[in-house]
Amino acid sequence: MMMEISASRRIVNAVMLTLSGVCTVLVVSVLFFILGYLLLHGVSSLNWDFFTKLPKPSGETGGGMANAILGSAKVLLLATLIGVPIGFLAGVFLAEYSGKNFAFAIRYVVDLLNGVPSIVIGIVAYTLVVRPMGHYSAFAGGTALGIMMIPIAVRTTEEFLRAIPNNIREGAMALGATRAKTIFTVVIPAAISGLTSGMMLNLARVAGETAPLLFTALGNQFWSNGYLAPIATLPVMIYNYAIAPEEDLHQQAWAAGFVLLTLVLIINVTARLIIARGPAAQRR
Amino acid sequence: MRSHMLRNVASAAGLLALAAVAASAANTVQMTGAGATFPAPIYTKWFNEYQSIANVQINYQPIGSGGGIKGVTDGTVDFGASDAILSKEQFDAFKSKNDGHDLLTFPTVLGAVVPSYNLPEVSAELNFTGPLLADIFLGKIKKWNDAAIAKLNPGVKLPDLEIVVAHRSDGSGTTFCFTDYLSKVSPEWEKTVGRNASVSWPVGLGAAKNDGVAGLLKTQPGALGYVELIFAVKNHLPYGKVKNKAGEFIKADLKSVSEAAAAMKEAAADTQVSITDAAGKGVYPISTFTWLLVPNKFKDAEKGTAMKNFLSWAVTKGQDQAEALDYARLPKVIAEKVEKRVALIK
Amino acid sequence: MATSPSYIAETLGRRTSRGFFARLRGGDEIAYLVTLACAVSILLIVGLIVFELWFHSRATFTAFGFRFLTSSKWDPNADKYGALPFIYGTCLTSFLGMLLAVPLGVAASIFLAEMAPPKLSNFLTFLIELLAAVPSVIYGLIGIFVLVPAIKTYLVPPLKSAFGYLPIFEGTFYGLSFLSAGIVLSVMIVPFIISVSREVLMAVPTEQREAALALGATKWETTWDIVLPNAATGIFGSIFLALARALGETMAVTMVVGNSPKISASLLSPGYSIAAVIANEFAEANGNLYISSLIFMALVLFGLTIVINALARIFIMTTQQKGSQA
Repeated sequence: MMMEISASRRIVNAVMLTLSGVCTVLVVSVLFFILGYLLLHGVSSLNWDFFTKLPKPSGETGGGMANAILGSAKVLLLATLIGVPIGFLAGVFLAEYSGKNFAFAIRYVVDLLNGVPSIVIGIVAYTLVVRPMGHYSAFAGGTALGIMMIPIAVRTTEEFLRAIPNNIREGAMALGATRAKTIFTVVIPAAISGLTSGMMLNLARVAGETAPLLFTALGNQFWSNGYLAPIATLPVMIYNYAIAPEEDLHQQAWAAGFVLLTLVLIINVTARLIIARGPAAQRR
Repeated sequence: MRSHMLRNVASAAGLLALAAVAASAANTVQMTGAGATFPAPIYTKWFNEYQSIANVQINYQPIGSGGGIKGVTDGTVDFGASDAILSKEQFDAFKSKNDGHDLLTFPTVLGAVVPSYNLPEVSAELNFTGPLLADIFLGKIKKWNDAAIAKLNPGVKLPDLEIVVAHRSDGSGTTFCFTDYLSKVSPEWEKTVGRNASVSWPVGLGAAKNDGVAGLLKTQPGALGYVELIFAVKNHLPYGKVKNKAGEFIKADLKSVSEAAAAMKEAAADTQVSITDAAGKGVYPISTFTWLLVPNKFKDAEKGTAMKNFLSWAVTKGQDQAEALDYARLPKVIAEKVEKRVALIK
Repeated sequence: MATSPSYIAETLGRRTSRGFFARLRGGDEIAYLVTLACAVSILLIVGLIVFELWFHSRATFTAFGFRFLTSSKWDPNADKYGALPFIYGTCLTSFLGMLLAVPLGVAASIFLAEMAPPKLSNFLTFLIELLAAVPSVIYGLIGIFVLVPAIKTYLVPPLKSAFGYLPIFEGTFYGLSFLSAGIVLSVMIVPFIISVSREVLMAVPTEQREAALALGATKWETTWDIVLPNAATGIFGSIFLALARALGETMAVTMVVGNSPKISASLLSPGYSIAAVIANEFAEANGNLYISSLIFMALVLFGLTIVINALARIFIMTTQQKGSQA
C-alpha cells in the first residue's frame, strides 16, 4: 500500500531544504565578499611604489612594502628548510618503517603539536632563539613557522605514501632494491604530486601567520641583510598598518592583504587541483 | 655538455649574488632599537636621514616605552627609547643582566602630551584643567555637557554625549607623562591610580601605541584621549588647552613646551627629571623629555662608535628637523651636556 | 594485510643475505636511523615546548598558586596578576563564535552532503575550504573596517531596542567588543565545521538512507531522524576541533575585542582574551612575575587546546569505528 506523504511533511521538507541551502549560500558568499572587498580596496592602492619602495618614516604618507614582500619570502624559505625535511622524513618513518605502537605515539604527539596556538609557538621561539642569540632575526621567525609546518608535513607525507599500493614496493624489491632505495627512488616519486601539493598547502597556511612573527622577526624599516637581523614581513605590516590612524596606511594594508590573500589562494587552488587530478584520484 | 655549462653559470651567478649581499652587509653598520612611539616620527625621520650621511642603518621599532626598556635590558635590541622615567629597580635590573654595565639615558627632544577629543559639532578649542582631566579619567565626570566642563568653556555648546575615555593598553612613556601630571594635580588620582608606564585605568577603552589611541579618537564620537602632539596634528584631531600652574590656559606648541624645560634650573647629569606642571608663564604643563637608552658598553665596538656619532649629530644638526615635526629642541645647556656625555659610551 | 610495509620489512628485509656493509651501502640502516631521528626529534620539540612553558611560568605559580586563575586583578604597576578576565574573554568569545557557527555550519553541511547534487556539492565545498585558508590577519582587517561598523550601524540598534533590558546587551557599544570578536570567530571556524561534518555525513552508509526512503520518509526526515543521529558523534568531533581553533585564535580577536581586561556580562562591552593579551603585552613585559604570568596563561591555553583536541579525536574515532561496524 502506497503511503501518501502529507502536505505538512512535504512543507517541512521543502522549508528545511531551502533553509539549509540558504545557510550554505551565506557561508559561500562570505568568501566572495572578502575577496571582493579586498579586490575593491586593495587593487586601487596597488602601484609600482608598493612593490618597490621602502616604508616611509612614522607619520609620513607614501612608501611601499618592498622589504616586507622580500622579508616574507626569506622567512618562509627558512621555515620550509627547517620544518619540511623533519616533517617529511618523520612521515616516511611512519609510513614505511614504524611499528604500530610507536607510530600511534608519534601521531598523537604530532597532532598535539598541530593544536598548539601559534602565539605559544612564538613565545617558545622567543625563549629558545631570540633570547640566547641576543637579537630578533629572520632565523627566529623561520624557526617558529618551521615548527608550525612540521605536523602537516608529517601527515601529508604519511597519507600520500600509504596511498601507494604495495605491489609497487614488492616489484622494486623483487628486482633486488633495498628498502631505502625502494622508498626513495620508487615510492616517493610515485607520490610526488600529492607530496608537492601537500607542501604547497602547508606553505600557504603559514604564509599568513602573524602572531609567531611578532616576537621573533620583529620588523625592519630597511632592507634586512642576511638572515640574522630583524626583518619586515607582510602579515605583520598588515597588522601594524591596520591599527594605525593614517588613512594612507590603511590603503597600504588593504593592498598588502590583497597580495597576501591572492598568493595564498593561488597556491591553495593549484595544490588542490593537483591532488584532484593526480594519480591518487585516478586510482579511486 | 650544455646543461653542465648552464649549471656552472647559474652557480657562479648565485655565488656572486651571495657575495654581494655579504659584502653590503659587511660595510654598513646595522643596529636595532625599540621603544617609545611618542618620538617615533622624529626618530624614524632621523634614522632615515642619517643612513644617507653615515653608513649606519638604524632600524627603529616603535613598540612602546615599556618594550624599549625591556628590550635593551634583555639585550634583544641594541638600544631602547623611553619617555617614562626609569626607576632605580629598572637601572639595577639592567646592571645585573648586563655584566654590571650601566644604562645611560640621553635626552633627544621635548614633546607635549595633549588632551585630544572627537566632538564634531564643537569647533572651539576646549579648555581643561588638571583636576578636571583627573576626574574624567577617574570616571567621575561622564558627560561632555557636565557643569565642570561647561564652567571652563563659557559660550561653547557642549553636546549631551557620553565621554568615551581612550587610553593606552601597552606600556607607554606617554602614559607615564600624563599620569605623572595627573598625580601632581589630583591627590585622588595619585592615591588610586598613580604614575607609571602602565596603570590600572578605572574607565575607558584601551589601544596600543600613540597610533592606536589616535585611531580611536578619529573613529569614536565623544572620545577623549591623550596623545603626543604630532599625532593629533598629523591626524587633524582637535586638542584642548590646559591650565598651567600660573593659571593660564596654554595650547601645546614649540614655544610653550620649550618654556617647560627652561623652567628647569638644575639639570641632573642624566636629565631624568619630570617637567610636568612646571612653574612659570607660558609653560605647557604636560611636557616631557624623551630619552634614548644606551648601554655604556657595546659588544660590537663599531656599534658603540656609530651610536656616539649619531647622538652627537642628533642633538646638533638633528634638532632642526625636530622643530619641523613640532618637537621642541633641547635647551642649549642640556644639548651640550649630552655631547659631553656621549664620551661615556664605549 | 598480507603485504604491509612492516611485513615486507620483517621478511624480505631480513631474509636477504646481505652483509652489514652491503646493507649500509644500500642505505637501509641510515635511512631507518635518519627517519627515526626525525620522528623522535618531533617528540623532543613538543617536550621542549611544554618544558619551556612550565619552566618560565614557575614564578607566577609560586607567587599566586591556583588563585591566579580565579583572580581578576591585572595590575602590572602593582605586580599583581590574575588571569580571570582573560580566561573569561577567551571562553566567552569562543562560545559566542560556536553559537553562531555550529547551526550555520551543520545546516550547510547537511545541504552539501544530503541535498545538493554531487557536482555542486564538490564545487561549493571547494570554495568553503578556501575560506579556511584565509589568513587570520585578513579576517582582522575585514573585522575592523567592515564588520565592526556594520554591526554598529545595522545589528546593535535593533538588538538594543528589542532586548536592551537584558544584561547581555547592556551599556554603550563602542564597536570593539566581545560581540564583534565572537562574530569574527564564527566566520573563521564555520569552514572547519562544514568540512568535517560533511565528510562524516557522507560516510553514513547509503543503505540507511535507502531504507528510510523506502519506508516513505521525506528527504528531510531521513536526514534528521536517521543520518544525523548516525553522524552525531563525528559532528561533535568537528565542533570540538573548531572550538580548539577558536580558543587559540590571536590576530583577528586582538584587532576587534577592545583590549580591556574587564569582566562584564554585557556582550557589547570591550574585553580581552588570553592570546590577545600575550600578543599585546609580551614584548614589553618587564619583570619576572609579569612575563611568567603571561607564559602561565599560555600554558593554560595550551592545556585547554590539548584537552579539547583529544576529545575531538575521541569523538571522530568513535564515528569511524561505528562506520566500519555498520
